[in-house]
Amino acid sequence: MKLLRILSRNIRDSFKSVFRNFSLSLASISCITITLIVVSISIILSYNVNNFAELVEKDVTIVSFLNVDITEEGRQTVLAEINKLDNIESVTFESKTEIANEMMESSEVFANIMGSWTENESPIQDTFLVKVKDIELIGETANQLKKIENVQIVKYGEGMVEQLISIFDLIRKIGIVTVAALIIVTAFLITNTIKITIFSRKREIEIMRLVGASNLNIKIPFIFEGLFLGIIGSIIPVVATTYGYVALYENFKGQLFSPFIKLIEPQPFIYYISGALIVIGVLVGMYGSLKAVRKHLKI
Amino acid sequence: MDIIRMTNVKKQYKTGVTAIHDLSINFEKGDFVFIIGATGCGKSTLIKMIYREEKPTSGKINVGGIDVAKLRNSKVYKIRRKIGVVFQDFKLLNKSTVYENVAFALDVLGLPRDEIHTKVLKALELVGLKHKASSYPTQLSGGEQQRVAIARSIVNGPKLLICDEPTGNLDEITSMEIMNVLEEINKMGTTILMVTHDTEIVNKMKKRVVLLDAGRILKDFEKGTYNHEVVKNIK
Repeated sequence: MKLLRILSRNIRDSFKSVFRNFSLSLASISCITITLIVVSISIILSYNVNNFAELVEKDVTIVSFLNVDITEEGRQTVLAEINKLDNIESVTFESKTEIANEMMESSEVFANIMGSWTENESPIQDTFLVKVKDIELIGETANQLKKIENVQIVKYGEGMVEQLISIFDLIRKIGIVTVAALIIVTAFLITNTIKITIFSRKREIEIMRLVGASNLNIKIPFIFEGLFLGIIGSIIPVVATTYGYVALYENFKGQLFSPFIKLIEPQPFIYYISGALIVIGVLVGMYGSLKAVRKHLKI
Repeated sequence: MDIIRMTNVKKQYKTGVTAIHDLSINFEKGDFVFIIGATGCGKSTLIKMIYREEKPTSGKINVGGIDVAKLRNSKVYKIRRKIGVVFQDFKLLNKSTVYENVAFALDVLGLPRDEIHTKVLKALELVGLKHKASSYPTQLSGGEQQRVAIARSIVNGPKLLICDEPTGNLDEITSMEIMNVLEEINKMGTTILMVTHDTEIVNKMKKRVVLLDAGRILKDFEKGTYNHEVVKNIK
């Protein structure tokens, strides 16, 4: 009961304190707001780049060409063998007739040449289109596919796919490092701003000690104050992210420059980002206050 | 019965300056004691060690059964809750009202709101400032601010009140008003230790007077035996 009373008083007092020291609070809040907006933009960018990379990676397909004279039974065996492999996401069969029709539809030249072929003359082979779970193991999976009986040729854009993977890997790493660095800089900036504002309240802390407040008694209101600063400071970034991203998404109709580069759908993406911003704001605010107040405590 | 027992206390600062030399003194419960001496004689260091703002280099300091010399920094609040301290510069929170300033000392103890309300009003009544409860310190005169500080220091009902030049910033009449309030508190059983430069006050009050010089006790006058002329010559 007593603990609850002390806690509720601390919450009330820290809330009051945010407004009583408004100009100082405003400095901390502005700092949190500005840095969180930068963090938000960098998270949105890095997630979208990541999303684009994932989409491209998902599109990569291994085409397994089957022997021309393969029987229906043989095809079933190949399919069963493919499904036995570990890294298989999906397998689609495309018959030579389907492929031929597609090609003829796509070009008149093809239609002219291919139209004269009988079924036995056609060099086109039945294929299995294989998508993999882990793109980094695509080479290995392709080799396993090659070993299956009746699979003649396996193609997946060797060389180019590996290059693409390494570029995306690099982009992802840069994204993570950038966001992490920004969060650290944010923490540093906010901590220092709060430190400066708390320095001017050294007297308050001195009086608290004087009237018999324990170190915990002194720390708690400042930690709550940091929490409130974090929450208030994250309001504008959260609103800007939510409305800004939805507007951006709608304005570009969900894609950037070409249908190939798709933006992440706003929902639930914006909720995750908003949650992350509030958590970062609150944690950094609390940490900043705690660190600043500890400086003035004799521990 | 002694409320403070100091035995062979020495305080040497990191700078190498020794403020208190092998000092032993006891203060009885209910006493009103003036600690006087020239600037730099160790008066402030002496009382700072009692409320554990400073730690003695050696020796024992027992305050109301607590060995404050051994008290860790994180446990200092234990002694602070038993002692009231009043300063020359009042040390009030200017952004809080008079009521909030006094209630502050009880808030940290987690007392129920009703109990805080009753005790704060009682303390403010004792110092004659009940009607200024909702004013801010900056709206008060120096004397009134000091009375708020006194109310804050006694609201918790401490057995010991330490005053570090409480009248240093006040004129003669206001100073005497403050002294009357302190005497009133002393009559209610609170021991008062007061550091002062003001020999006029010491002359008028006729209490026990401890005269310090270069960190040592030069004279310890029994109640009313303080002789202004003697002190003047010693200085």
